[in-house]
Amino acid sequence: MTPTQEQELWMYRNMVVSRFFEETIEKIYMEGKTPAFNMAKGPIPGEMHLSNGQEPCAVGVCAHLNSDDIVVSTHRPHHVAIAKGVDLKKMAAEIFGKKTGLSGGRGGHMHIFDAQVNFSCSGIIGESVGVAAGAALSRKMQGKPGVAVAYLGEGAANQGAFHEALNLAAVWKLPVVFVIEDNAWGISVSKQASTAVKYNSDRASAYSMPGVHIPNNDPIEIFAKAGEAIERARKGEGPTLIEIETSRLAGHFMGDAEAYRPAGEKEHLAEIDPIPGFKKRLQDQYQWTEAQDEALRGQARELVDAAIQFARDSDYPAPEEALDKVFV
Amino acid sequence: MTQVQAKARKLTIARAMAESIAMEMRTDDKVFVMGEDIGELGGVFGNTRGLYKEFGSERVKDTPISETAFIGAAVGAASDGMKPIVELMFVDFFGVCFDAIYNMMAKNTYFSGGEVNVPMVLMTSTGGGYSDGGQHSQCLHATFAHLPGMKVVAPSNAYDAKGLMTAAIRDPNPVIFMFHKALQGMGWLGTEKDAIVNVPEEVYEVPLGQAAITRTGSDVTIVGITSGVHHGLKAARELEQQGVSAEVVDLRSLVPLDRDTVIQSVRKTGRLIVVDEDYHSYGMTAEIIASVTEAGVPMKAPPQRVAYPDIPIPFTPVMEQWALPSAEKIVKAFEKMKENEE
Repeated sequence: MTPTQEQELWMYRNMVVSRFFEETIEKIYMEGKTPAFNMAKGPIPGEMHLSNGQEPCAVGVCAHLNSDDIVVSTHRPHHVAIAKGVDLKKMAAEIFGKKTGLSGGRGGHMHIFDAQVNFSCSGIIGESVGVAAGAALSRKMQGKPGVAVAYLGEGAANQGAFHEALNLAAVWKLPVVFVIEDNAWGISVSKQASTAVKYNSDRASAYSMPGVHIPNNDPIEIFAKAGEAIERARKGEGPTLIEIETSRLAGHFMGDAEAYRPAGEKEHLAEIDPIPGFKKRLQDQYQWTEAQDEALRGQARELVDAAIQFARDSDYPAPEEALDKVFV
Repeated sequence: MTQVQAKARKLTIARAMAESIAMEMRTDDKVFVMGEDIGELGGVFGNTRGLYKEFGSERVKDTPISETAFIGAAVGAASDGMKPIVELMFVDFFGVCFDAIYNMMAKNTYFSGGEVNVPMVLMTSTGGGYSDGGQHSQCLHATFAHLPGMKVVAPSNAYDAKGLMTAAIRDPNPVIFMFHKALQGMGWLGTEKDAIVNVPEEVYEVPLGQAAITRTGSDVTIVGITSGVHHGLKAARELEQQGVSAEVVDLRSLVPLDRDTVIQSVRKTGRLIVVDEDYHSYGMTAEIIASVTEAGVPMKAPPQRVAYPDIPIPFTPVMEQWALPSAEKIVKAFEKMKENEE
């Protein structure tokens, strides 16, 4: 399964939007937090988990989804949210804790919910899997089309939730795809130090489902493999487990100096950045020009700037609104 | 509950629950049941009996013993428009999947600013008294009532069980439905006969968050939930022999909590005893006493609580029975209050 030119451009554009978004967040995040780093200060308080480097995992999978399909993401959700079509302005406002945010500031960066496009996430490791399986069950029971996708990190594959949900999904033949973003690090603990198997995708065999290993963070290959898995799910043939070796270009969270990373590893990060590689592919395949690239980047920049401006300009909610929306 | 039908029939709580679920399943395709042994077996405590036969394995789904997965799945299904009823046999088991309960089931509505609702019912058994040991006998009412985002209901009789279950299924929010094993109507659990009452054939709701005055009185208010109500009723009958008129309030739900009914009752009686089979400290008993105190209700004596001591539940009957709340302990608590007055 290969993407059309239109699909490739869609993927590239979303990767660029995601990257601009995160780079902008990265800068703003530091406002007010220095000289002595204080997580609670500044226009974007709290923990911040950036996903730059992992964009291919988002676009390669979400290129096959429409707004009716369901995605449950992780605590590092922005790239997936963008690829799933979450309202960028409202997401930015949510990250700023503003009234105009997706939940009016109640959820924040780790709890992005956009009911319009069936996107949600959980700040808890491994808990996306059960929810996605349940959403898939719901579609199956209602005879409604649609698949569910759960994103999780490679560290989460050692959680009980992962194994329980895979078994449940397989035994009930649910239309769900589990996507492991293997960035090699569970905060500071390497995959090697935490995981007995080399590839988590091998674990799929324990649940009689296909396990797919994608070693190269390549959006085109991710598109191909994810497409097969999603098609399989849509045809009622059950779940698939995909593991993508991807790269976390930043620390686990903003402020993480990554002293635990082996010497030299960080120096090569620029080389494995998936965006320049994708641009080159477009140039080779489609005679993509610098002018076209500039135009695309300009549009992406505008989109991000408008979202950030919207977030900055929006009001904070009245504090006592904290009491609302516990129940509907 | 007091209304006797022309052709009154008495049901156990287990049968009343199953009847309510069946009636909702007949009229609403979104309602389905899943859990361990809830299919052909009909639930270890009988509250899904007959459903499998009527609705089949697609809507009455036995699950693997994978609580994290199927409670998480219920959250996902509920968020996608279904109305799952999930059973996890013993409330003591919730630890293995607590995250799915209090971090997702209970919070997703809030995180989504009310855009995503989670209309699911999570039912479970509570209570001891039959030597099942410390991992199968707890009540844990307050644990769930303490954490925001889930409603917590617990019936003391079959009429309420049917009406509360109907209301719980129809509620757009997550509801924990706790049924006490000793009230369930399972013979092998030494059932409380007063829990088996007349239950109308038709569908009705008992609104969540409305306490019931189970017995009216003027000298002391005894507040309880599930088994505590029955201990309270027995104590009230004993106190009556001594010429004391006790009012018994059945909270029926802890979230929402009907503080007003309790406060009005204590305003009338001037005395308060709270009974709970859940642990003594930081529990429902303290919440009720604090609520009445905060409301500034004048009381003739300091309020009293009769609750489970802060110990794991012991196995041997001599210890367990000693530790459980009872009518006798409530009567003693009343006597203590009278001494304080003198």
